[in-house]
Amino acid sequence: MTVTIVESRPSGVDATTTVVVRNIEDMPPAPPRRRVRATTGAREAVGGTVAGTSVALLLFGRIAPFSGLIGFIVVAYLASLAIYATLVSLTDDALAVRDRVVTVLLSTAAVLMGLALVCVIVFTMWSGRKALTHLNFYAQDLRKAGPRSGLNVGGIEHALVGTLWMISISMAITVPLGIACAVFLNEVGGRFARFVRTIVEAMVGLPSIIAGLFIFATYVLILHEHTGLAAALALSVDMLPIIIRSADVVLRLVPGTLREASAALGAPQWRTVRTVVLPTARSGLATAVILGMARGLGETAPVLLTAGYTTFMNKSPLHGPMVSLPLVAYELVKSGEPNLQARGYAAASVLLVLVLTLFVVARIIGGRGPGKLSKAQARRMQRRSTRDANRIISRYDAPAQAQGRSV
Amino acid sequence: MRQSRQAALRAALGWDVRGDPTPGDEPRQDVRARGGGGADPRAEGRPPRRPRAVIGPGDQIFRTGARTAGMAVLATTGAVGLFLFIRAFLALRVEKFKFLTTQAWNPDIHRFGVAAILPGTVFIALVAVCLSTPLAVGTALFISEIAPPRVKQLLTSLVDLMFAIPSVVYGLWGLFFFQGHVIGVARWITTFFGWIPIFKVSGYNAHNPLGTASVLTASTFIAGLVVGLMIAPIQCSLMREVFSQAPAGEREGALALGATRWGMIRTVVLPFGKGGMIGATMLALGRALGETVAVYLIISPIFKLNIHILQHGAISVSSLIALRYSEASGFGLSALFAAGLALFALTLAINFGAATVISRSRSGAESDV
Repeated sequence: MTVTIVESRPSGVDATTTVVVRNIEDMPPAPPRRRVRATTGAREAVGGTVAGTSVALLLFGRIAPFSGLIGFIVVAYLASLAIYATLVSLTDDALAVRDRVVTVLLSTAAVLMGLALVCVIVFTMWSGRKALTHLNFYAQDLRKAGPRSGLNVGGIEHALVGTLWMISISMAITVPLGIACAVFLNEVGGRFARFVRTIVEAMVGLPSIIAGLFIFATYVLILHEHTGLAAALALSVDMLPIIIRSADVVLRLVPGTLREASAALGAPQWRTVRTVVLPTARSGLATAVILGMARGLGETAPVLLTAGYTTFMNKSPLHGPMVSLPLVAYELVKSGEPNLQARGYAAASVLLVLVLTLFVVARIIGGRGPGKLSKAQARRMQRRSTRDANRIISRYDAPAQAQGRSV
Repeated sequence: MRQSRQAALRAALGWDVRGDPTPGDEPRQDVRARGGGGADPRAEGRPPRRPRAVIGPGDQIFRTGARTAGMAVLATTGAVGLFLFIRAFLALRVEKFKFLTTQAWNPDIHRFGVAAILPGTVFIALVAVCLSTPLAVGTALFISEIAPPRVKQLLTSLVDLMFAIPSVVYGLWGLFFFQGHVIGVARWITTFFGWIPIFKVSGYNAHNPLGTASVLTASTFIAGLVVGLMIAPIQCSLMREVFSQAPAGEREGALALGATRWGMIRTVVLPFGKGGMIGATMLALGRALGETVAVYLIISPIFKLNIHILQHGAISVSSLIALRYSEASGFGLSALFAAGLALFALTLAINFGAATVISRSRSGAESDV
């Protein structure tokens, strides 16, 4: 029995490929495979943590006059890290020790970040729990709720309606404009587009209060009225750069080969954009829009300057002050009355839930790169493709059969 | 870099470079060029022929439409600056350059300036960036290099989620929860490092058991920490984007040469991501400078320059605006607009810097290297 082994050997400048034919019986038997396993260092980690915590306990309880929870955690952490490094150094060299220690440090950063997030969410929900359980909280406005009245009176319905109006208006402005601008940056291009891109990147960091101030100067001071529309415009100025930037990033990821294929089939550019580029990036664009929306939902500063404050339901965005959820949360918590504060936290919790829901939605429709399909989409695509293939085959088969008969 | 080299090459060849240097665009232009291809025209001594793309009426409309959208965005930015300036003009005309040197905010007697407010804003932002940068770099590296795929997905969504938490929620949390816990840290710093001027707290004596901790509340430090936690997620997600684009070939090269994971990160990922890290940090700085509600809730405003960051009392431009806009008269409003204009100029300068650093660095667009 012979096998063909293709060996490529780089020799000199250009690599040569040699085909060697060998008899398999001549080859030496393969040695048993060694199992390669990364050492996890789990034992050292556990040992280090236990020893470090004990050191901290000793220091705080017996030896040194230290106190405080944060101090204890910091000392325990540092001691654990030092002991862990020592334990690792028993078996590994300095490079490996450094690697392990850095790994622990990086993981700590991630844990701290996650901890902060959980802490913020839990704190808000916990503080607002009393108001959240009353149904009237979702179905009434605050007109009857005095500073001391119980939680069974009054709610944030007016803020929900206000938020809905504001976000709808600003989405109606920013989504078409933002995506058109992102298309401009990516598909049309040129020197002007690069300039616009730089401006947009700078605008992403624009303080939201500046957006509020701008609309305050151009709308509120001229028309002498705080309205929901003004707030929506301010939110649009604030959200627009974010939507453009994330849409731009997504469009940039659309493979150039797809555009080329479309152009090669003779499609003009606008058709390429409409039928190839945008559908390919659809999920990413949805994520971009939702990110912008989440941002707009949570902004307080622009709304603070432009929307005014009211405890009454106002269903018209064109006239009279209108409040949004973050604004209500801000005003109520500032008041200092326990019941109003509980309502403020509850409003913030509702806002959080809204944003979280949006995020889950974004993860479900988005989250995949451009051109990546969900299972259902892939199946549909497969079916369509099979149908096309059958159609083509049948078309080619028919004349062939006709020819066959004629011969 | 590759793009600009190509653009230069095309310019040198006398090709039309008006059309566009985004990746994947060049071949299309070539394909659609009239009578493109063929031998190099210069070989026969003729002047180079300029192939031109044919643009149909549909595309004409499409391009004009897209360009209009771009212009609208540009016009909005311009209008923001312009209107702030027009509104601020009344106040600036009175104060002139004293606006930059006065440490007070009494527009009614024409004595106001940003000499205390702008540095106050910057201090808060600097404290924020000092906290958020290590946190963001660590988390970004953890997500892109260390975490197993499933955890990676989870953490990415968590960080994005954090980015979307409303700032008012952070403000409330900072005021009613975080402050109480972090005061111990402030006390520790001022007890042991009080000899450094910025950590000094006047009116606080560590050896007085009856001393109150209230001089340590509502300070630049606490506001900065809360803002730091707020900006860390956006910084982290920008950095993660850049780190994950570090070329796989170079990573594998480093590992194949025997580098540990940290060695690989230090020699490949960090140098590659340097521009992105600087850019992300500057963007986060811009965000920290403009944060309104969280800062407003936490600080107690003062209008004198306070370099002791642990000391009670702080100020920032946006919290000043939130504080005074409702009760201000015509002239007072104009003064607030002037402060807003100063903030606008400052953040725009920082963000332009960030954009330039990002676009000059190797990080970013060339993910197909």
